[in-house]
Order: sequence, then structure tokens, then C-alpha cells
Amino acid sequence: MRRVWMVLALILVLCWPAFVSSESAVQSGGELHFCLRGEPKTFNPMLVEEDASETIRYLTGGVLIRLNRQTQALERGLAVSWKVSPDGRTIKFILRTGLHFSDGTPFTSEDVAYTMKALMDPQLHSPTGDSFRSGEGQVIVQTPSTDSVVVTFPAPVAGLERLFDQVAILSAHSPKKEMAVLGPFYVADYAPGSFVLLRRNMNYWKKDKDGKPLPYLDSIRLDIQRNRDIELLRFRRGEIHLIDVLDAEYFDRLQKETPAVAHDAGPGLDSEFVWFNQVPTAPVAENKKTWFRTTEFRKAISMAINRADLSRVIFSGHAHPALGPVSPANHFWFNSSLPVPQYDFAGALRLLTEAGFRLDGGTLHDSSGNRVEFTVITNSGNKSREQMVAMIQQDLSQIGIKVNLVTLDFPSLIERITRTYDYEACLLGLVNTDLDPNSQMNVWLSSAENHQWNPKQAKPATAWEAELDRLMHAQASATSDKKRKADWDRVQQIVAEQQPFIYLLNKDAMSAVSPVVVGSSPSVLDPHAFWNAEVLRLGPDRVLGAQK
Amino acid sequence: MSPLQKVAAIILCMIFALMVLATIFVPTPYARQFRDVPNTGPSTAHPLGTDALGRDSLSRLLYGSRVSLLLAPAAALLSTMIAALLGSAAGFLGGWFERIVLAVTDLSLALPWLFLLLTVRAMLPLDVPPMVSVIIAFLMMGLLGWQASVRVICAAARGVRDSDFLLLARSSGCRPARLLLRHVAPNLRPLFYAQFWISIPLFILTEANLSILGLGVMEPMPSWGNLLRGFENFSMLGANPWRLVPLILLVIVVMCFQLVLPSQEVTQ
Amino acid sequence: MKVFKHEKTAKLFRRALRRLLFFFCLGIGGALFSATLVRFAPGYGVQERELDPRWSTQSIEALRQKPALQEGLASFYFHYLSALAHGDLGESDSLKRPVRELLRQRLPVTGNSVAGGLGVAWLAAALLASLGLASRNWIYEASSTAFSSLLLSLPSAVVAMLAVHLRAPIFCAISVVVFPRLYRYVRSLLVRSYDQPHVLAARARGIGSGAIFWRHVLPVAAPPLLALFGVSFAIAFGAAIPIEALCDSPGLGQLAWQAALSRDLPLIVNVTFVVCLVMLVANSFADLAGRVFAGNTQ
Repeated sequence: MRRVWMVLALILVLCWPAFVSSESAVQSGGELHFCLRGEPKTFNPMLVEEDASETIRYLTGGVLIRLNRQTQALERGLAVSWKVSPDGRTIKFILRTGLHFSDGTPFTSEDVAYTMKALMDPQLHSPTGDSFRSGEGQVIVQTPSTDSVVVTFPAPVAGLERLFDQVAILSAHSPKKEMAVLGPFYVADYAPGSFVLLRRNMNYWKKDKDGKPLPYLDSIRLDIQRNRDIELLRFRRGEIHLIDVLDAEYFDRLQKETPAVAHDAGPGLDSEFVWFNQVPTAPVAENKKTWFRTTEFRKAISMAINRADLSRVIFSGHAHPALGPVSPANHFWFNSSLPVPQYDFAGALRLLTEAGFRLDGGTLHDSSGNRVEFTVITNSGNKSREQMVAMIQQDLSQIGIKVNLVTLDFPSLIERITRTYDYEACLLGLVNTDLDPNSQMNVWLSSAENHQWNPKQAKPATAWEAELDRLMHAQASATSDKKRKADWDRVQQIVAEQQPFIYLLNKDAMSAVSPVVVGSSPSVLDPHAFWNAEVLRLGPDRVLGAQK
Repeated sequence: MSPLQKVAAIILCMIFALMVLATIFVPTPYARQFRDVPNTGPSTAHPLGTDALGRDSLSRLLYGSRVSLLLAPAAALLSTMIAALLGSAAGFLGGWFERIVLAVTDLSLALPWLFLLLTVRAMLPLDVPPMVSVIIAFLMMGLLGWQASVRVICAAARGVRDSDFLLLARSSGCRPARLLLRHVAPNLRPLFYAQFWISIPLFILTEANLSILGLGVMEPMPSWGNLLRGFENFSMLGANPWRLVPLILLVIVVMCFQLVLPSQEVTQ
Repeated sequence: MKVFKHEKTAKLFRRALRRLLFFFCLGIGGALFSATLVRFAPGYGVQERELDPRWSTQSIEALRQKPALQEGLASFYFHYLSALAHGDLGESDSLKRPVRELLRQRLPVTGNSVAGGLGVAWLAAALLASLGLASRNWIYEASSTAFSSLLLSLPSAVVAMLAVHLRAPIFCAISVVVFPRLYRYVRSLLVRSYDQPHVLAARARGIGSGAIFWRHVLPVAAPPLLALFGVSFAIAFGAAIPIEALCDSPGLGQLAWQAALSRDLPLIVNVTFVVCLVMLVANSFADLAGRVFAGNTQ
């Protein structure tokens, strides 16, 4: 009898790997490698400010509502359903039940309440929390049951549901604090300056359509790599599987070598633009302030810049003339009736002549006889921006304007444009992470910090800025998307007429994905290449260095 | 002069002449963009091809050489004068003064001067012409680049201090200042010249390094440094070998300076 | 005799202590100087997050009013020195981690690169110089001079970019920068030593070239070579900083560059302190060895 048991046990031991491996073969999607472009400053999802931390939050955080980066529609996350009240102040969630954090702690409405209370703490000062702040007063969070949460804000919050895509739910009870997560991965290891290792969260709630648990990947290794040339080299050598944001120059190179790996998803949300300093107290010559405040001057500058050349020469055609603050990639909020900026330096000269300028021996002078000359500042180390200003220099020389370029390191540049206002014109870019126009409230309100051309106004300096203020407040308090769209369309129209920001280009959203990565579908929204990380897996040739 | 030194001197003179006569050889302005032909190879119109914005590479190379070759000697002169003053005084006086000077020299080698250059650049008025900002950059390099020469001059001055003729001058009642200016400095003059010539290629290389880091000459003005920034994409060089020309020219010029100069030995 | 030796040792020990204290004070001085530079530089206290439109006005104001940013320079000096006395180097503003931890992680990386670079550079310089000494062939002389001149002419930034492209370790880039500076001095030192009368006498007596090199040439050249070692260490350490910044190596150089760009005061001060100490000790060693050599030859 003992011999029978021993034989059975031996058979079991010999056959065990087959059981285990068959399950793990399905589950074992390999280890995805890619790079972070900086050191993550925090693992606390509420304090995320920069890209590296945002990547980790996206991959580890469980959210109530998820924005599908491909369709731009909202999908159920930890919440099976939600309802926003007609006044836009209250949102009620019904939560999934039976879920657990990565450390086994049960997930209940108490965790959502804890997260929202911490996020809305006035002492926290986080961009995620600030996005919800619509007015003075306290946010009230109620938990009628373990699977329902009601959050009431002091004032209507425009685009409320979409904002929850950025709110990773924390555990109220776990001893691991923010390291206990509900997302597809959790932070398993972190070597400062070197890498962050994320492992599959075995308690992740999501399953694929066949009922198999997600994510497929075993782990994700994020190497900290600032240098983009090294990142590209590593990708070509097969050491990393994807590059989430690819510059145009590298895109063309990769496309020539291996067309299948380079993806251009079309115009992204980001834009490059120039603006003139219109701050009345700026230490700039009065005649220059007069030019910068003249709408015809700004429009003439816009007309004299050849955006098609900027796109073709600098970005190899992987950029498109920008019409305004919203990119065509933002399907719902983009105003398609805006005029496409035309390159017309004769028209520009006409406008300038009407405004009192005159071209004299190839040099433009204002009505007082001053030579039209100004300096554009931009951040050093950004080759494409330096090249853009160099091209703008040549474009504007055709209408007799002399443009100087000064590149500054970022802190010096920020000091000039936000504190001392000691600059004449600035070329920068805007990285848009949110589709909703309400996220740009602090740009378009005349009293706001980021109203770059003339921030923190006590009262609007011009009628059109007063109109922008009214429209932004109106869209923020409107509950109907149709009404909000109408208001925001009008904002875009005014911006196109007045050109406080001279929008230049919308760069394409380009990424590179190794052919060994299965399931990738790059999108225009961030993150481009790994937005669906939970369904990615590595194909048969998953060993690094095997990229063909 | 050895035959090799003669050849190096001739090459340097030819490059200087080419650079001075750049406008005759290449009438195309260095900032003019031929946007229909960016990143092209050599042709009749553009012997060294064009850069990313369609600007003539040969024109930019010749004008860029001017910036580096004219301003580097100025920076070298300034740094040599500072080093001569400090080094000869330290070596001559000796004792605690020499120790302090050498310690301050070592200390200043360790300080973050790149940061000072960043700061000075950020503090400059925005309407300063590009050429002026370049001159200021080289001036800063000159003010900050004296450390390497101080030790050598100090050691030589120490040697002269202990010589017989100086002992004679001292015993005849010469004051220290006169001893330094009339006896020590003239004997160190060959060393000062040598340090000046040695510093020139060092400043050329420093400007190149600073431009690669983004702290050098601003667009559209060319310099060797910002021409070398294209080397970030080494993989492109295989397909576009003419892009190596700025680096080759830089290496030739620096090598010629080194070959022309007397060899420097460690003197402690 | 024993008492005399004991006194001499004690004297040397006291002298070494005084020197170290002097270096420490100089290092602190350098650190405080760089603190002053940073504190009054344009862009201090300004953060990139101020351009993020998601931040409310109140949050931005709260950021700007942070006590650390409002602190005066004298107050900063006082707090820094008193914290340093307790071994607390403060926290990095940009990386949000203790400076001590950052230095502990980054110093070994730089140390390994510098040690590797020096090792390779010295080996190459010694080998080539010795071969030149043995062959005394003008072709060899010309080509080795041309080779070292070529390496000397390459900007260290280009060397760094080449290292990135070839995936060479950082110490290779450092050795390329240090080698040509070493080679010329090592070669001229060995040549001078080889031309000494006692070496000529040894050759005339028929002693083998190996024995001549190890027993007659090297002992004479050793003291200035030791002095050169100190200088080469300082050169290698100085070269490591921009090379690491360009090659994205997680060492002290990259840390210093990031700290400068983000105006991270605690980090810049402490990195400057460490770099100052290292350079002072290395150059002082060179200086001391040089004096000993000068004393012996007199």
C-alpha cells in the first residue's frame, strides 16, 4: 500500500510542473522594459506632478473611472456605475465588490472616502486635488454603504467624471499606505537613479473577455534614462521594448530601418506657441509694449511665420499648423470652424502698414521711427525650439523685423515669465494631459497665474479678455456639454482673432513599439504606447536583444 | 623649429588665412536657410552640404572658426596674466602665501564654474547682441581658466627665487616688488609665452564642450561647439561622413597648436 | 632613538591632522561660496510646476512661501553648519531624498569610473612610454605623439558622446581624456631618468634593459610619478563630472549637473563640499610628493 502511495506521489511530483507551467504559460506575459525620462519624485499618487511619477501612478493606481485613451470615452473602473447630479456638484458611485488591494486589504467605500478627503485637504497642494477645486467650501464625502460613495462639491465641477481618471484610490487601513494599490501592477523594487520594478498585482480585479486574470505581463521594468539618444540606441539593440514619446528625427530613422516599430498616431494634444509680453509694469521699452499690445502686430507676426516650413524642416512633416489652444486630436472640444493660419508675408506687411508701421530699406519701423526688433527667449537644451526661433528669425526678416534669440536654463526662464516679467517674447510648448477645457482655466482667466502674456490682472485689461473670463466661468458652471462646447468654441474663436498666443504647431504623437510586444495600439493621448498595459504581453521572441 | 613644427605652423597659418578670407571664399551668409535642401550632402552650391535648417555648412564652419580662433587667444591672454600674477607672487614669496594661493587654486578647480556660467548667461540683458554675449562667455572662461597655469608658474618662480642672481639683488637692498617685476618676471617670460600658447587650444576645447552642453554661442551664430552638437547622433555619421569635417578641423587645429608649442614638463 | 622616532611620528601625525583640518575648512568655504552663488542666481526658488495650469493660485502661493525658500543666507549658513555637525546633510529639493543617501549611492559609481579610468590611462601611458624607451624609434615616437595629440584634441564632450554610441563604460571615456595628459609627462620623465649618468654607467657595465628599468630608471622617476598621480586623479575626477552628465551615468557628475539646473541648494552645497575635499587631498598629495622629490634631488 505504501508503495502505491509513493508511486502516486512520484507521479504527482513529476506532473506538477505541467499543471503549473500551463497556467503560468497563459499568465506569463514576460517583463516589459522601457525608460522613464527622470527620477520619480514620489510614489504618492496624490502628489504626482511630473511624467515619471505619473507613469507609475498610471500603471499602479486603481481608478473609479478610466478614460480610454483610444476612444476618448469614459469606462468603468473600480466603479460599476456613477451618476452626476443635474447641478454638477454631486457624484454618486456604486463600487465593485469583493476587491482587494495588492497587499490583500479589502477595498470598500471607506477607502474612496479616505482618498477624496486626503486629496481635498487644503494643505495638500496637489495638481490632482486642485483640478477639483471649483469654489470655496468643504467637500463632503458620504459612504451610505460599503459599495457606494457620494461626493458633494461646494460648486459645480466641469467635466467632473473625467477628473477621476487621475485619482488613484488609496487604502484607508493598509500598513503599506500608498504602496498598497488597486492597479494592474505594484512597485516591487526601486533603485534610485537606476530603475523601478513593477510586478503583476495578483489581486487586480480585471479579467479579459475569456475570463483570464489581467494583466498578462509578469512585470514592467522602468529604467531611468534621461538621454534620448541612449534610449533610442537601447531600443534599437532590443534592450527596451518601447519608447513612449519619440522625436520626429528618431522616428524617421527608425521608420527607415524597421517601419513596423515606428508609430505616428497623428496630431497630439501638445502645442508650441509664441507670445508677447503685455504686462504693463514689465521692464520693457514703452514703444515695444505698444507694439505687443497691438492686435494687428500680433496677427501680422502670425501671418509672416511659415508654419508649413517649420513642420517640414524641423519635424519632417510630423507636426501640423496649430489653429488654436485645442488640437484636432481632441475630437469633442476642437473648434473645426477656426481658420487655418495662412503664410502670407505680403498680407502681414499690409496689416502692419495699417497699424502705422512702415518698411524702410528692408527694415521695419514703427510710427515713431523706432526699428522693430525684439528678443525671443526659450529654454536651452531644446533643439527643436531653438531651430523654430532660427526659422522665425528668417521669416520675420522678410518683413524687416529683426528677431534675436536668447536661450535660458529653465529656472531662469520661468523667473522671467512669472516673476520679473523681464522679457519681450517667449516660445514654449504646452503639454496637455486633459481633454476638458476646464483644465485650462488658469490660462484663460485674466486673474490667473498662467495667463502668460499678462497674468494676475486685478481686472481684465481689454474687452476681449473680459469676454474670455465670462466664457470660462460660464463653461465651468454649465451642466450641459453642448452649452460648454459653444462657450469653449467662442473662446477659441477670440483667441484666433486676438492672437495673445501665436500657436505654431501641434506635434504628432509618435512612439516606438518593438514587434515582440503583442497587443499594442498607440494612441494620441498620454501614455501613447502603454495606455493598455494590462493587455500587453511579449511574444515568443521575448528575450531582450531579439528585436528584428 | 623641427620640420614637424614647421608643418604645423604652416597649417595653422593657412587655416587662419582661410578664416579671415571666409567672406571671399564663401559669400553665403551663415544664417541663410535654404529650406528646400535641409540635411543634404556635398554639392556644387554647398561643398560641405547643409545642416538641419538648410544652412550652408562650409559657411558656418568658416565663420564658426573665426569665433573660436579669435576669441580663444583673448581668453588665453587674460588667464595667463592672472596666472602669471598669482603664480609668480606665490612662488617668490613662498611660505603661507604660497600655500594659500595653491589651496585657493585647488579649491577653485573644484567649484561649480559651469553653474557660474549658467548664472552669468541668465543675468545678461536680453538685448545684448550675440557677438557681445560670446565675448562675455570667453571673458568668463579667461577669468576662470587660470588654475592650470598657476602651479607651473609657481614652481618655476620658486626655482628662480633660490637662484644666485636674485640673492645678489636681494643683498643689494632691492625691494620685493622690484625683485618680482625686474628679476623674477623677466626670467619667467618664456614660461608665460608657453602657457599662453598652451592655453589657446584648451579654451577652444572648453568652448566646444560648453556649446555641446548648451552654454555656448547662441543661434544663429556658429561656433565649433554648436557645430559639434550634431554629434549627439553618431549613428548618422556613417551615412553622412562630411559631418565629421568640423571635428576634423578642430582636431587638426588643436594638434597643430600642440606640435608648434614647446613640450610642457611637470615642474613642482 | 626610540623616543626620537616617536616624536617624529607624533609631529607628522599632528601635521597631517592640521592639513586635514585646513582642507575641511577650505571645503566648507567652497561649499558656502557655492551656496551664495546659488542663492543669488536667477531662477532660485522658482519651480517648473508653476507653469502647470492645474495648480490653483493658492497652491502656487503656498509653494512660493515655503520657509526654505524665504530663508536668508546667514540663516542658511547657520542651519547648514549646525546640521553638518550632526552628520545631517539636508534633503534635496528636486529629488526629495536625503542628500546623504544620494551621495552614498552616487559616490561609488563615480569612484569606480575614476578608478577604472585612471587604471587604464596609467597602464596605457606606462606601457607606451616604456615601449618608446625600449625602441627609441622615430616612427614609434612620431606615431605615439600623434596618437596622444589626437586624443588630447578631442573635446571631452565628444568623447562622452562616442562612449554612449559605442556603449563603452564611462571609465573608458575618462581614460581617453586622462591618457594623453599622462603620456607626455610619463614619457619625458622616463626619458630624463634614462639619460641619467648612473643609467649610462649601468648600460656600459652590460646590465640588462629590464634590470636597468626596474632598478635604476623607475626609482628615480618614482617620486615625480607619484606627484603626477595626484594631479591625474584631480584631472580624472574633474573629467568624470561632465562625462557622467552627458552619458547619463548615475554618478556624482550627473547629480551635480541636475542640481545646478534645478537650483537645488542643499545638493549643490554638499556635492561641492565633497568635490572640493577630493580635489584638495589629491592635489596636496601631488604637492607633497613633488616637494619630497625636490628635497631629495637637492
